[in-house]
Amino acid sequence: MGVEGIGARVARKEDKRFLTGKGRYTDDMVVPGMKYAAFVRSPHAHAKIRGIDSSAAEGMPGVIGVLNGQQMLDDGIGNLICGWMIHSKDGSPMKMGAWRPLAHETVRYVGDAVAVVVADSVGEARDAAEAVVVDYEELPAVTDAATALRGGQPQLHPEAGGNLIYDWAIGTAEAETDAAIAAAAHVTEMTIVNNRLAPNPMEPRAALGIYDVGEDHYTCYTTSQNPHVARLVMSAFYNVAPENKLRVIAPDVGGGFGSKIFIYPEEIVCLWASRRTGVPVKWTSDRTEAFLTDAHGRDHLSTVKMAFDGDNRITALKVDTIANFGAYMSLFSSAVPTYLYATLLSGQYAIPAIHANVRAVYTNTAPVDAYRGAGRPEATYLLERTIETAARELGVSPAELRRKNFIRSFPHQTPVIMNYDAGDYEASLEAAMKEADWAGFGARKAQAEGRGMKRGIGMSCYIEACGIAPSAAVGSLGAGVGLWESAEVRVNAVGTIEVLTGSHSHGQGHETTFAQLVADRFGVPIDSVSIVHGDTDKVQMGMGTYGSRSGAVGMSAIVKALDKVEAKAKKIAAHLMEADESDIVIENGEAKVAGTDKTVPWFQVALSAYTAHNLPAGMEPGLKEGAFYDPSNFTFPAGCYICEVEIDPETGKTEIVQFVAADDFGNIINPMIVEGQVHGGIAQGIGQALLEGVHYDPQTGQLLTASYMDYAMPRADDLPSFKVSHQNTPCPNNPLGIKGCGEAGAIGSPPALMNAITDAIGNNDLTMPATPQKVWAAAHAAQ
Amino acid sequence: MYETNYHRASSVADAVRLKGASEESKYVSGGMTLIPTMKQRLAAPTDLVDLRHVAEMKGITVSGGSVRIGAATTHAEVAQSSDIKAACPALAHLASLIGDPHVRHMGTIGGSIANNDPAADYPSAMLALGATIVTDRREIAADDFFTGLFETALADDEIVVAVTFRPPERAGYCKFPNPASRYAMTGVFVTRGADGVRVGVTGAGADGVFRHAAMEAALAGNFSPQALAGVTTDPSDLLSDIHGSAEYRANLVAVMARRAVAAA
Ligand SMILES: Cc1cc2nc3c(=O)[nH]c(=O)nc-3n(C[C@H](O)[C@H](O)[C@H](O)COP(=O)(O)OP(=O)(O)OC[C@H]3O[C@@H](n4cnc5c(N)ncnc54)[C@H](O)[C@@H]3O)c2cc1C
Repeated sequence: MGVEGIGARVARKEDKRFLTGKGRYTDDMVVPGMKYAAFVRSPHAHAKIRGIDSSAAEGMPGVIGVLNGQQMLDDGIGNLICGWMIHSKDGSPMKMGAWRPLAHETVRYVGDAVAVVVADSVGEARDAAEAVVVDYEELPAVTDAATALRGGQPQLHPEAGGNLIYDWAIGTAEAETDAAIAAAAHVTEMTIVNNRLAPNPMEPRAALGIYDVGEDHYTCYTTSQNPHVARLVMSAFYNVAPENKLRVIAPDVGGGFGSKIFIYPEEIVCLWASRRTGVPVKWTSDRTEAFLTDAHGRDHLSTVKMAFDGDNRITALKVDTIANFGAYMSLFSSAVPTYLYATLLSGQYAIPAIHANVRAVYTNTAPVDAYRGAGRPEATYLLERTIETAARELGVSPAELRRKNFIRSFPHQTPVIMNYDAGDYEASLEAAMKEADWAGFGARKAQAEGRGMKRGIGMSCYIEACGIAPSAAVGSLGAGVGLWESAEVRVNAVGTIEVLTGSHSHGQGHETTFAQLVADRFGVPIDSVSIVHGDTDKVQMGMGTYGSRSGAVGMSAIVKALDKVEAKAKKIAAHLMEADESDIVIENGEAKVAGTDKTVPWFQVALSAYTAHNLPAGMEPGLKEGAFYDPSNFTFPAGCYICEVEIDPETGKTEIVQFVAADDFGNIINPMIVEGQVHGGIAQGIGQALLEGVHYDPQTGQLLTASYMDYAMPRADDLPSFKVSHQNTPCPNNPLGIKGCGEAGAIGSPPALMNAITDAIGNNDLTMPATPQKVWAAAHAAQ
Repeated sequence: MYETNYHRASSVADAVRLKGASEESKYVSGGMTLIPTMKQRLAAPTDLVDLRHVAEMKGITVSGGSVRIGAATTHAEVAQSSDIKAACPALAHLASLIGDPHVRHMGTIGGSIANNDPAADYPSAMLALGATIVTDRREIAADDFFTGLFETALADDEIVVAVTFRPPERAGYCKFPNPASRYAMTGVFVTRGADGVRVGVTGAGADGVFRHAAMEAALAGNFSPQALAGVTTDPSDLLSDIHGSAEYRANLVAVMARRAVAAA
């Protein structure tokens, strides 16, 4: 592998600038004449706008303009859209209500943008925003999805009667599934709540819109995980500008977790406002705006029936899920509780019949969309809580019940579309149980009891689907875009290399991992390799980073481009050394003729390509190749997580005493970065299970968790030191054998923790987040 | 944040004068409560009068059987003070539990008690220590000082200059932090001294910090955790919010009190 090649623990190249405060984020961008935007936001969860009076605001110091939604409509700016078409069971298309970047008729959640002020300073913009008088006619609001489906509830969009966006089903026929359940020896039934989360990237969202009147051209700096998609959508749907007149740059981005995939009103408004006012317009969210308006994650309410035969084999699974979509359909929202969720409901288990029904519902809350794991955490939580409960009901060990039902031969076709290509679930289970000293738990529990503490242990065996995704497949399922990735490898005349990738790094370490790939291929130092991403003017069309796709899809595209570069370089080297092309090997920074001592340094090959003085006949000068890679299947990372907790029964406080993660991510390029991804993911999963939860007041729709005073994020001292290991089976479907690791931690950990807590307190009736108050109450109810 | 003018006071009298010079002015000490509130545009003082550089408000002295902590003393100074650790280690412990290192190095005891956040730690100690709040114009017994949620006996321009108390024979503090803010969801400070047993409870009371008469009575004869068995707290007097119901807080009051006594 070499010290910098595939498999090496190379320290992250980008960390130098991040750790020394030299990163360049959207808010750091300064352009001449730049002014600042502040948004006027709805204080009501649901109201009609009777009028907007901005006269006082317009006269305030520093104010350049106060703009509203009617003007935006007049200028032909389109609605925000959801880009994945889902059809209901009855064949009807999903019911998408209009989402205006600036509401001009109705506001539908607290934080909905109504107007924007552009002023000389942030302070002046905010002062004036407070002086904009909006005349609201308040309407009743509904925040809970199950309630919103009932009769007589407030209606959000005329397009979606009963607030129902779609009523969708997948899998085995319902009657067949019901029959299997009816014939079962045992059925475990549960109601499962997956709590709503706020994404909380360290860097809040921001946008800088620059309209160049001379060129009739727009530039948008923004906090995006996928700048090309942002450009495509802003140009094709929002009519901001044609693609060739719109440059989108996502510079350093301080975390996204999904929330920066989507196109939000603010970036569109900044671009449009720049043209309207003639000045560059910058907006940076504050933390409370982020809580109010960043797309939230999760928020499912499900019922599940898991049926077993007399031998404890799962014979059927039936799931009914209500997914809260918030006030508007965000860009990917429709796909999350359908193709990213229900398709994973087979988990690691051979289940002959699975039927899942999903209803998506509008409520007067912030839009909900993909958040780290997107659908897979919800599926895993539901399955792993249910199978653990079944084991308790059946009186068998949770490991045995899982083992009995593991899929053991591949490929495996599930009843819910997915075709698993490879895996060894037993290996991860064994490794995790060994590492956790599962066998010694009884003694530890007894010892804890002596100290008045309740100790519990729980596991979770997750599977997820990454590397999204084969374009034709997702196209047939309703995706509005293809999900390939692109790469261009440019070898410069002196042999240094630039890789232009359509993936986007916002914390993942691409500048290191991707460079390792190149270093490995040509034996050049990674410092001679630069990764270029995040700018639509520099980089060819690409699809961006989410769903743990940068490795499996993004790097596969780089491999394809490297193949082409290598092939051409070999031709040049063969020509220079008068050898046969098939005898050339490139390693350690030189091209060699195998079995001889003839070599040409790598830079000489590159230089020859560009001097073009002595190239093979008919060869074009230059050494630069591009490639597009479209995956042939999803990839299926899987693993087993074990969590052990101690609970103080007097206060309900949970301490995580150990956390073991045993993952199969396929081949690994940089183990240190992968471990970092797992650590971060587990911290987020523990956050969901133990601490985090968005609360709206059910009557008024006011957000009660709008700051860190009330929204509990995991802190370092909430977490143990994680024990992480890998049991890898290479993915057979991409050239590097990579599966993906970015979301696994967040997917696998919540059920492990909840299984451990419920084990400790002897009461299974507990929802996330398992706050001290809830655990205390549940522990007492169990006594 | 709205625009504001900053003034640095050189003495207590100077501070009162500076404050009086404008109507919408406010004192600022560590700014750990006031500045975030201003940043959220929930407070809009036209003028800020900084008390942190007033010599007479700084420092910790122990003399004549009495401890005096200047109002501008930071939480970190209290937590690390060898004088406080000797006179009342429970108070140093309490200060060490406030917020994070940044907050502890900026926030002050005067600011904390003047603000009287119902979840702040110090007020419970002031009640339990029977402390005296020394202002620029009078001395106020802690029992009379804390009058309700974010309410105190201070006049608008009155300055807390120091707090004084006599070291207790025994004292203990136990805090159950709110998982989000890490302020006290419930904190109980217990003391036994010349005036008997005093129990101050913060974080839990619907009207803010309070003394727990039933616990004081139970502990008077037998200063041990066991003495608290059976002593309950009426949930109807307690706070209820998304983090903890009144019933849960009633339980925490009992648990924290037992642990505070055990630690004393
Ligand atoms: C992240 C964070 C975590 C925190 N965690 C905790 C915690 O766990 N426990 C806890 O108890 N507190 C906590 N705090 C609050 C912290 O202790 C503050 O320092 C304290 O509440 C106020 O003190 P200050 O000196 O910062 O006052 P300031 O913010 O400067 O002032 C607060 C108020 O008191 C007035 N005031 C200030 N000094 C005086 C004076 N000498 N006389 C009269 N009026 C005065 C001001 O006018 C203002 O109204 C936290 C704060 C933060 C930001």
